[in-house]
Amino acid sequence: MTASLLQVDQLDVAYRGPAGAVPVVKGVSFTLGQEKLAVVGESGSGKTTVGRALLRLLPRHAQVSARTLRFDGVDLLAASDRQMGQLRGQRLSMIMQDPRYSLNPVMPVGAQIGEAVLRAEALGRAACQERVEQLLARVHIREPGRVARQYAHQLSGGMGQRVMIAMMLAQKPRLLVADEPTSALDVSVRQEVLDLLDELVAEQGLMLLFISHDLNLVGRFCDRVLVMYGGRVVEALPAAELAHADHPYTRALLSAAPSLKHRRRTLPVLQRDPAWSAG
Amino acid sequence: MSIAVDSNAGARPAWADEAVALLRRLMRNRLTAAGLVVIGLLVLLALLAPWLAPADPLRQDLARALLPPGPGHWFGTDEFGRDVLSRLLHGTRITLFIVVLVTVVVGPLGMAVGVVAGYFGGRVDAVLMRLTDMVLSFPSLILALAFVAAMGPGLDHAVLAIALTAWPPIARLSRAEALTLRQSDFIVVAQLQGASNTRVLLKHLVPLCLPSVLVRLTMNMASVVLTAAGLGFLGLGAQPPLPEWGAMISEGRRYMLDSWWLVAAPGAAILAVSTAFNLLGDGLNDALDPRQNT
Repeated sequence: MTASLLQVDQLDVAYRGPAGAVPVVKGVSFTLGQEKLAVVGESGSGKTTVGRALLRLLPRHAQVSARTLRFDGVDLLAASDRQMGQLRGQRLSMIMQDPRYSLNPVMPVGAQIGEAVLRAEALGRAACQERVEQLLARVHIREPGRVARQYAHQLSGGMGQRVMIAMMLAQKPRLLVADEPTSALDVSVRQEVLDLLDELVAEQGLMLLFISHDLNLVGRFCDRVLVMYGGRVVEALPAAELAHADHPYTRALLSAAPSLKHRRRTLPVLQRDPAWSAG
Repeated sequence: MSIAVDSNAGARPAWADEAVALLRRLMRNRLTAAGLVVIGLLVLLALLAPWLAPADPLRQDLARALLPPGPGHWFGTDEFGRDVLSRLLHGTRITLFIVVLVTVVVGPLGMAVGVVAGYFGGRVDAVLMRLTDMVLSFPSLILALAFVAAMGPGLDHAVLAIALTAWPPIARLSRAEALTLRQSDFIVVAQLQGASNTRVLLKHLVPLCLPSVLVRLTMNMASVVLTAAGLGFLGLGAQPPLPEWGAMISEGRRYMLDSWWLVAAPGAAILAVSTAFNLLGDGLNDALDPRQNT
């Protein structure tokens, strides 16, 4: 592992509500270097919130605090909106779950990528167009010229997600937060998107924070895994050792996954232990 | 704000296609088609008024005053012997002038207030929306009357007064749109890429608010026609020699019992035009709503 660019220590996030603050992320700590780190957990475990907190994209009523939250020497909590604006896109970026919602429905996708391109470098119309097509070709889209003129609803899910990735690549970020990038996709195109991400990590030295709820996928795809439950990290381990996880929650999750090799009549149901969230 | 990606080259025919498809959808509904035809006719008459009108709308001929409709004067003449048909035809220009000018002022103004309030929320929203509520709480004709009374009567002032009272509904509408769009993923993505607030507002929010604002503006045109006629009737809009429809009714009122055509002709014109705008607005609402095209 190379030197860690992202340091997160004791990250807390709470939502202010009428009944007082509701904690959703409690004391999450991890570091990230040039690697693929997975954050897994069930719905509501706080994995997306962690991802969004890094980019300061949480709604206004969220309270974020941490002992350290540093990215490449910049304190993300103390950064001004202006600094954050510069950091976002250019250094930090994010891929959302469903390209149908994350692309503007009334703008051709090429124009949307073009916005990002123009922010990274000042180019003329033709040069920008060319760069957009390069980026689309980079994410293995055939006929980039035609796709650039299309709207989000004319693309398939896999294409849409690749367009999103192209958009994110336009500004050459260092850290990419991928929030369940394959959950909305067909199983058949899932692998293509994963391969693409893998390729980018290897070629461009991207750091990837991969948020998912698919333990099997994460075990194959990522280098390290953080398992979250109830807003806490209950276990952190190398992906290769996932099969030998210690924590009962991780073990229960693994055993609840259906398998072709071991047929069972009923799948085991997760028996929750209050001690996990007290951790 | 121009974007350097050349999307126009391929998109222009697509736009034309869209326009034709929209027109076809509008014409499918008979009432909307009727509205569209009336408004088309209105525009055509306004453009051709000097050539179509049989007489000068301002020329008086006291010997031929208050003639009933008949050959030579199809809609009769008024108390100064002016041809009512010619006045009506020239009146289309005044009506269109008011409608277009008010819409051009009200659309961007209302949208700017609404989108900014909806997007930024918090204190900005509170201040802008309370201001909107304040204007909205007055009946628009009364408020317009107050403005005209303060600025002095006249066509330009009437336009200004109507515009100042007509923007709040547009502001509310676009605020509601902006509120729902603000949290959507593609807005977050635009922010994520470092797009400035101005850019997000102009390139991402405004185009999406446009369809509903357009519908509202079209329906609004009906009430603009009515308010303009109302101001004219009260003597605060277009001033006497001008053939404004409301002013024509007001002048003809005194002779109404004997010379019904003085009031009936401009009255029917106002009715037809405002109904047409309403019908077109309704039709646009159906045609632009993606949930209804199946």
